Amino acid sequence: MAKAELALAVEGLTVSFDGFKAVDDLNLYVDQNELRVVIGPNGAGKTTLLDLICGRTRASAGSVKFKDKELTRMPEHQIVRAGVGRKFQTPSIYENLTVFENLEVSFPRGRTVFGAMTFRRSSEVIERVHRVAEEIYLEDRLENAAELLSHGQKQWLEIGMLLMQEPELMMLDEPVAGMSVTERQKTAELLNRIAVGRSMIVIEHDMEFVENIAHKVTVLHQGKLLAEGSMEAVQANPKVIEVYLGH
Amino acid sequence: MKTIYRNVLGGKAGTLDVLVLAAILFAVFPFALDPFRLSLLGKYLCYAFVAVGLVLCWGYGGILSLGQGVFFGLGGYCMAMYLKLEASDPVSTKIQSTPGIPDFMDWNQITSLPWFWEPFKSLPLTVIAVLLVPALLAFIIGVAMFKRRVKDVYFSIVTQAIALILSVLIIGQQGMTGGVNGITDLKTLHGWDIRSDSAKYILYYASGVLLIAGILFGRFLIASKVGKLLLAMRDKEERVRFSGYDVANFKVFVFVVAALFAAVGGALFTLQVGFMSPSFVGIVPSIEMVIFAAVGGRMSLIGAVYGTLLVNFGKTYFSETFPSLWLYFMGGLFILVVMLFPNGIAGLMDSHVRPWLARRRGARLRNAETPADAPPVDSSLPGTATVRSPSPLAPGEGASTPRVQPAH
Repeated sequence: MAKAELALAVEGLTVSFDGFKAVDDLNLYVDQNELRVVIGPNGAGKTTLLDLICGRTRASAGSVKFKDKELTRMPEHQIVRAGVGRKFQTPSIYENLTVFENLEVSFPRGRTVFGAMTFRRSSEVIERVHRVAEEIYLEDRLENAAELLSHGQKQWLEIGMLLMQEPELMMLDEPVAGMSVTERQKTAELLNRIAVGRSMIVIEHDMEFVENIAHKVTVLHQGKLLAEGSMEAVQANPKVIEVYLGH
Repeated sequence: MKTIYRNVLGGKAGTLDVLVLAAILFAVFPFALDPFRLSLLGKYLCYAFVAVGLVLCWGYGGILSLGQGVFFGLGGYCMAMYLKLEASDPVSTKIQSTPGIPDFMDWNQITSLPWFWEPFKSLPLTVIAVLLVPALLAFIIGVAMFKRRVKDVYFSIVTQAIALILSVLIIGQQGMTGGVNGITDLKTLHGWDIRSDSAKYILYYASGVLLIAGILFGRFLIASKVGKLLLAMRDKEERVRFSGYDVANFKVFVFVVAALFAAVGGALFTLQVGFMSPSFVGIVPSIEMVIFAAVGGRMSLIGAVYGTLLVNFGKTYFSETFPSLWLYFMGGLFILVVMLFPNGIAGLMDSHVRPWLARRRGARLRNAETPADAPPVDSSLPGTATVRSPSPLAPGEGASTPRVQPAH
């Protein structure tokens, strides 16, 4: 694996909360254009890992390198501007705004106070919003208040908000939680579509869904790397079986 | 042109609201009220600046400042210092042991003008100071608090502490600030007598014009992406941060804007009332200013003006009639607003009066036809207050207009 192809290199990453190591000396490498799924039992440190990468939690030790930029010391908004997008576990959208405005606010321009004051809804913005809305199955809901969307649609909207930013690395925390079977199907199609040309890290519990999307799977357990490889290899791994079924 | 019409004036309904306010302020009150009542009204308009600023900062930004009296007071004191120096010329203060300095300094055995009074000999510098001093303080407080992610009630407590500190400081430094009496006996502004009846009318109109200009600026902000971001931040701050925005900068900005509104109000207050004292700086006046905005409607720039006028007329009336009961009444009013109509008068207008008017009009127009009126949006839960007024004056128009309308 040539180093130039890496989108993300996590090395020796550790975070400790009052002595408890939620993520412990973790190494993780994500290739460019790879869709990586991170699984693991509750408390394995999956969400904490995403928090560490996007700067929401500060690492106690170790490094996170994204395109040769060290992320561990950058403020959150700079990490986003560098090209890392992150979706939260519970749909995190602006209920008070319309679907259109939710997407528009996520458009990566006019991010300073003055820039926001002079920001205009140009045809470029409108076009992008429509294109993304179509992608996330919401093109006919653009003028609705976001609070009126169903749970699944809110999840899609948040993915759409990330798409507006065109991140090179996209991190999704349980994107199909609370979705119906058909919604899961559509989300898998969506993820496979948008994974083209960018790297993704997805946290998921639903194994069928993981099988549908994953290029490679990483299993975390108690903050440490337990196994890594293809879905079949991981499912056949005795350590993984032990962790999931053993107790 | 069209953009200005939509974003600054707020379309048809918004323009109408501004015109009604302008008509009331400029045509109805000056003729219906005697000069004494009108000068009271001028004073209330100064408070309305603070309330309008609070709508932006608290209503939209979700930043509850319980220390707006600080900025009102700083604006007012800056203006008062200029007027005081003009009133303390060596001729009219020749009986003092040090002529040419303000009388209270002389009483406190101060023999030369303190350095920070020097700029207030010049009117242009004073005007700059009126804006710059409060803005700078708000900026420092904002950066110190918001960059450290201090928010909600913790921020409110800090602002309240600052209000207390400043009022104690002013009272304690009697020789330099006039102490508890404040700065009194102000007479002229650059040679123009501010005590005459004609001056009172002119200052009243000037306050009204500036206030409406301020409201239009507020609407511009709300209609711009800044307004949407403020709402977004109030709702999901993390999401905004992880969309690449430095959230603290926007909070600092809106806090400084609110401080500027308060400062302009304070300076106009000094001009119209003829003095400035620490009683407008401390905790109690700061909280009263929040009540003005809450009663008027914290999501409505124009509502805040009506709220301020209403509460202050009530205050004047009740404190003249039942002096001891007024404070209880004020407290009760605040509780009532918070519990029953969290969007204040403007919220009641949107949920009840406007649909009713629309129904009336619809019934008149279509006679037998039953009008399909927009259902009132129930936004009665504190904290979930929405700005999406259903635009009931023009049902059917709502679909194509931007959802977050500049408040009325």
